[in-house]
Parts: sequence; C-alpha cells; structure tokens
Amino acid sequence: MVTTFSPVAVDEPKIGGRGPTIVPPPRDGGWGGGRPEDHRDRLRRYRIGMFFALTAVVMIFVSFTSAYIVRQGVGTWSDASARYVTDWQPISLPPLLWVNTVILLLSSFTLAMAQRTLSRKLKAAPRGGASLEPVLIVNGQRSIPWLGITFVLGAGFLVGQLLAWGQLRHLGIFVSTNPSSSFFYVLTGTHALHLLGGVLALGYAGITSLLRKPLVTRFVVVDVTALYWHFMDFLWIYIFALLHFAR
Amino acid sequence: MSEQHAHAAPTGFIRKYVFSLDHKVIGIQYYFLALVAVFVGMFLSLFMRIHLVWPEANLPWIGHIKPEQYLTLLTMHGTIMVFFVLTTAPQSGFGNYFLPIQIGAPDMAFPTLNMLSFWTTFVSFVVMIAAFFVEGGAPLSGWTNYVTLSAIPSSGPGQGLGEDLWVISIAIFCVASLMGALNFITTTLDLRARGMSLFRMPLTCWAWFVTAMLGLLAFGVLLAGGILLLLDRNLGTSFFVPGGLNVSGNLSFPPGGLNPGGHPITHTGGSPLLWQHLFWFFGHPEVYIAILPGMGVASQLLSTFSRKPIFGYKAMVYAILAIGILGFLVWGHHMFMSGMSPYSAFAFSIMTMAIGVPSAIKTFNWLGTIWGGRVRFSSPMLFAIGFVSLFVSGGLSGPFLAQPVLDIPLHDTYFVVGHFHLIMGVAAIFGIFAGSYYWFPKMFGRMMNETLARIHFFITLVGTYAIFMPMHYLGMAGHPRRYSQLTELNYLHPLIGLQEFMSIAAFITIAAQFVFVFNLFWSMKKGKKAEINPWEATTLEWTVPSPPPHDNFGGVTPVVNHGPYEYSVPGAAKDYVMQTDPATVSAH
Repeated sequence: MVTTFSPVAVDEPKIGGRGPTIVPPPRDGGWGGGRPEDHRDRLRRYRIGMFFALTAVVMIFVSFTSAYIVRQGVGTWSDASARYVTDWQPISLPPLLWVNTVILLLSSFTLAMAQRTLSRKLKAAPRGGASLEPVLIVNGQRSIPWLGITFVLGAGFLVGQLLAWGQLRHLGIFVSTNPSSSFFYVLTGTHALHLLGGVLALGYAGITSLLRKPLVTRFVVVDVTALYWHFMDFLWIYIFALLHFAR
Repeated sequence: MSEQHAHAAPTGFIRKYVFSLDHKVIGIQYYFLALVAVFVGMFLSLFMRIHLVWPEANLPWIGHIKPEQYLTLLTMHGTIMVFFVLTTAPQSGFGNYFLPIQIGAPDMAFPTLNMLSFWTTFVSFVVMIAAFFVEGGAPLSGWTNYVTLSAIPSSGPGQGLGEDLWVISIAIFCVASLMGALNFITTTLDLRARGMSLFRMPLTCWAWFVTAMLGLLAFGVLLAGGILLLLDRNLGTSFFVPGGLNVSGNLSFPPGGLNPGGHPITHTGGSPLLWQHLFWFFGHPEVYIAILPGMGVASQLLSTFSRKPIFGYKAMVYAILAIGILGFLVWGHHMFMSGMSPYSAFAFSIMTMAIGVPSAIKTFNWLGTIWGGRVRFSSPMLFAIGFVSLFVSGGLSGPFLAQPVLDIPLHDTYFVVGHFHLIMGVAAIFGIFAGSYYWFPKMFGRMMNETLARIHFFITLVGTYAIFMPMHYLGMAGHPRRYSQLTELNYLHPLIGLQEFMSIAAFITIAAQFVFVFNLFWSMKKGKKAEINPWEATTLEWTVPSPPPHDNFGGVTPVVNHGPYEYSVPGAAKDYVMQTDPATVSAH
C-alpha cells in the first residue's frame, strides 16, 4: 500500500509578519504522505539541522570553557615560596571589544529586519514566493538592503577583532605569553572563525538574491543563517563575559 | 540550498560514483574506505604479533623492528582501527545506506553535506597515512595520544611532523563526523515516512540515531582538545605541558622556540591530566559509537532469523538510550591510574557498573529472542550470534576493570587489551560482518557464497577467542602491555609459549579474512542473483529492488502500517508481516 506524490495544490502557506508558521512534524515523521514538499518542510528540516550543528559548536566551547577553568586553577610548585602558585596572569581586555560587541549586536538587529522584510515580500509575492521574479517593492516602498548592512557589520566586527589582536600584540601579549592570553586568542579566534562562516553565508544569501533564486529559497537561506548568526552573537557575549568576569 | 530531495539520478561517472549525492553510493564509499583501513590496521597488528614472539625477524618493507617502531605500529593500529574502521563502517557505511531506506526516505536530509562528510573523512585518512612517509615516521604516543609524550616534538621519532599530521587528521575526522552526525539526526527526526513512528523504527535506526547523538556531543570535545594540543606543540602555549620537562637531557622547547623578543619560550604550568579528561570525555562515548550500531544489527538479525519478534522492543530502545547517556558519565574509569581522588574514582566506578544494567537487559532480550524460535542458521545469523557471544565475553571483564582496586593492578597489563579487543574491537567487527552478509544482496543484487561465509565465520570466531582470551590470563600473570620485547625479561619467559600460540592464531585468523574479501568481490560479479527479500525480513529496504533505484522507492513514498518485527503473527498468511503491508493483515 503506497501513496504517490500528487501534484494537487496544498493550503496556501501561512506567512505572518514574524516568519511563516512552522507545521510541527506529525508523530510519524514529516516526510511524504502524499503531498509535495513545500518550503515549510524545507525550513523545518534546515532549522533542525542548524539546531544540531549549533549543539556541536556548543560542545566545542564547553570544552574550551572547562579547560579554561581547570587551567586557571592548576598550581605549580614554587621552590622560592615553598607552596603551589599559579602562573595565570590576567590580561586587560582591549576596550575596542566593547565597540565590536555593539557592532555585533547591531548586526543581529539588522538581520532580524532583513528577515522581516523578506517575510513581507513573501507574503506579497504571487504563488507563495515560488516565482523567480524578485519582489523589490513592498507597499510602495523600496526596501532597505538590510542583508547588505548586516554583511558589512559582520565584516566590521571581524576587522575590529583583528584590530584588537593587533593592540594586544603591540603590548607584547602573544598567544604563548600567558595561559590567560592563550585562552583569549583561542576563544576569540575560534569565535571569529565561526563568524566568518556566518559572513560567508550572508554573502551566499546575497548571491541567491542576485541570482534571482525563488523567494522561498532566499527565505530559507536567510532564516537558517539568522539562527546561526544570533547564536554567534549570544556566543560572543558569553565569551566576552567569561574573559571579563573569570579573569 | 539548491539540493532537492528529488535530485535527478546523475549520469556521468564522476557525479555517479565519485562525488555522488546518493546516500547509497556514499554508504558504499564509506564501507570501502573502512575495508582499506581495516587491512592496513590488520597488517600493522600482524607485524606486532611477529615482532612480539620473533623480535629478530626481518620483515618485508620494514625490516627489523626497533622498540620505538613497535610503538608506532601500536599507535597507528589503534588509531586506524578505532577511527577509520569501527567508527566508519557500521555507522557511516551501513547507516548511510540503510537509515534512509529503513525509515522510508528518498535520501539523507542534506545530500551535499553527506558527500562533504565522506570526502572530509577521506582527506583525514590520507593525512593519517601520510604520517608514515614523513621524516621520523608515524607517531608513537598511542591512539589516546597522552601528553606529554604527544606534546613534545623531541620526545621520540615520529613525534615531530608525524604527530602533527596525526592531530590534524583527527581534527579533520572530527569535523567530518560532526557533519555526518547532524545529518543522521535530522534525517531520523524529519524524514520518516507516513506511519513510521519512532517506536516503529527498526532497532538498527535507533542504534544509528543514538550513535549520531553520541558523535555530535563527543567529537566537538576531541576537536577542542586537538586544537589546544596543536597550539601547545607549535605555538608554545602551555595548556597541557607542565614546566621543567627534561627530554633527553634538554629542557623542552617548542620548535622555533623563540618569542619575538628573542627569549626562548618555555612551557610552564600546563596540565597533562586536562588532555586525558578531554580525550576520554570523547573516548568513552567513542567506544559506544563503535558498538551500538553492531547492537542494532544484532537485534535486527536475531529477530529476523529466529522468526520471532524482538523480545522487549521498548526495553531495547530504552536500554540503548541509557547506554548512550551513561556513556558520558564514566570517562574517569580510564583514568584510575592518574592519581585521581578516591571519591571521584568511586563515583566513576558506580556509574560504570550501572552500565551493566542496560547491557544485561540487551543481552537477555537477545537470548529471549532466540529462545524457542525457529532459528535459521544462515551466515548473517551466525555472525549475529557471534556478536552476542563476544559482547558477553568481553563485557564480563568490564565490571572487574570498573573497580579501581582491580583496575590499578590490571590496567597496564594485557587484561585490558583482551577486554577492549573482545568487546569493542571484535564484537563490533562481527557486527560489521553480520551486516555485510545480511545486506550484501540488497547492496549489490547478488547473494554471497554461503560455504565460504561459514568457513570465514568458524575460523574467525575460534581464532579471535584464541587470540584474545589468553590475554586475560597474561594480564593476571602481570604481563605489561605496550612492551615491544619479551625476551629480555626473565619473569615473562614462561609466558612466551602462550604469546606464540596467540601469534599463530592471529596468522590463521588474518588468513581467513581473505576468504571474506574474496567472497565479497567474487559474489559481486558471480554470486547468485538475489531476490527482493531473500531473508524474508519485514523492514522497508526489503520492499524495493536490489539494488534500490536512485530515489529508493521509485517515485512513491511508502506508508508504514506495522512494527519492524512482526514475525510468526497468528492468523497471518505468511510467517512475517512487512512494515508496509495493509493494516488489516494482523489483528493486533
């Protein structure tokens, strides 16, 4: 007993101002069941995938954090003072990091705006956004290029981090100077690498727009990129707080 | 994002067989990668066994083995077997091929990512093998790669570039495994066909799903540890390396060794135990990553070939989940020798003993499944029974080693080598063999030769017991592990005869593996044509042609009406009910 794909139209996708309503998968799995796959299915799948990808990222940073705490507490025997001492010397964080933090927070906001705009376009687009025509005008207004602004802000954050590393290097603080500086470079470097991935994804989202991919494809790309991006934002705040409070 | 589930069947050779998006091709690619790796790993063990009992022997390719080369053989044997065989074949190989089909999906959730996972794993393998060919050769710090041996390039031959390649290869492998794991999880959660509820999934799918969860949570930790180790080795940080190390009469410096200010960098204050914690937090779940898919295959086969429903399906699911969860809470039992607090050791010991409970549930349910069944002793079934046998034999020494008071005298002896080879090595390998004989007809459309399969089974079963059982005795007699030469130590002389016996058993067992490989390749071309469902099994892969079409189900999506183990259902026409049969076949 098998059911074939039927090309009949299904319910119009319900697109709200805050993104489409995601249909939870039925208890028996979401695949098939006689209806063609639509963008809600793709969105759900990519969101699940991104959630678990971020779980893996969390484990990497949990490991670094636990190493951070352990390394901070390791004592070395000192003959001079005849007791265990720590070689951990806190470094002072470059004030520039505060500026970078603001830039990153702003980028999360602009990306949310990009999502909102795209969602409106999707609502206004004919045939649920499956059309290849880019919809540039919504309600008579030309939309602000939020995606581009986010890209610039993300790149700006990375440049800011590079500048902050340069400032530390200028002060003679290198990766091997002290365990605290080692962890500073490891945590900020790994985060920057992840954020670079996010910037590339934003670039890809921009390309899908230029290539006139279907609006729903762009929506899915931007949606999962945003999930990743907001998480990187949160992760940065966590790292900054760790470096600041657990010096 | 362009990947669509209805991606058309590729036509060119490259897209079809090399950079394929088809989960079936990718599964076979993983399987053959593991096959190459297992032969490399097996030959390394052959050299080790020869060297142990005939240390003066001149071997082809490598000549006379020096003690440090013995350690290299040991390191690379362990690494290749654990990562590129036990992690690769049962999960990525069979899982890739059969998870989507068994849940009724046309492919994995993210086909491009799937292809990327395989090729990243391939690169990782190439980098690992490259370590043999660089100056100094492959590393010798064991598959656990303990600091400080692993962190100081001057600590031995192979600890320079070879060791860097080892760490880089493992880091790449971690990334590949993470990509694979999230693909498996998403596929299981999101692509099940209509009617395929979680509790209608075959136990193989449950095993792959839980294994993917373990991989997702474990490989990131090893990756983080590997990054820190690379920095310690190459940039002079001191995450793991303590100060004042004296290697061959010199204080240890990292290569390059100078700050921009012109002062030599010295390591200070790092914690070698930190590496052990990070490594084993990954390493213990890794043991389950190797064995859980085998458990799934054994459950599947014991039920199918006993013509009985699996005994306690839900108990089996909960047991596998319990093993997965407990697996994250016991890593400290690998470190009883590290001088950890007895209180911590006690906690780890209790948690480790607790794993005996779900393991016993599984074992008794397997026995309950066979009990009273009309058992068909085909080759897949023989290997599944062999799996249970080895799992019990290897598992029973677990509660011994779980107790610090017993582990401390036994830990650095052959007792541990016997334990983990039986339960993690050979049992998992038997799971792979069982899967190979069972699924070969589906994968290649032909049957494997049954006579050769039986010869392979009996020699391998007796052979592996003959190799690994005596190791327990050696261990209790105080025979240390990792020693390259026995002839210089008087108290080991009485044990040399047993070592020779084990080496001869190893030669015979290794020879028998060529029977398998011959059977595999010969049957691909010359084997008897396989029917759609030669084993009269119930799961979805046996409803489609052998081999299945590109999208698995030929453009239709299956609808599932039954559980995976409905054998000998009263009132049914046949002694099995396919998962896709109409709901009214049985009145349950």
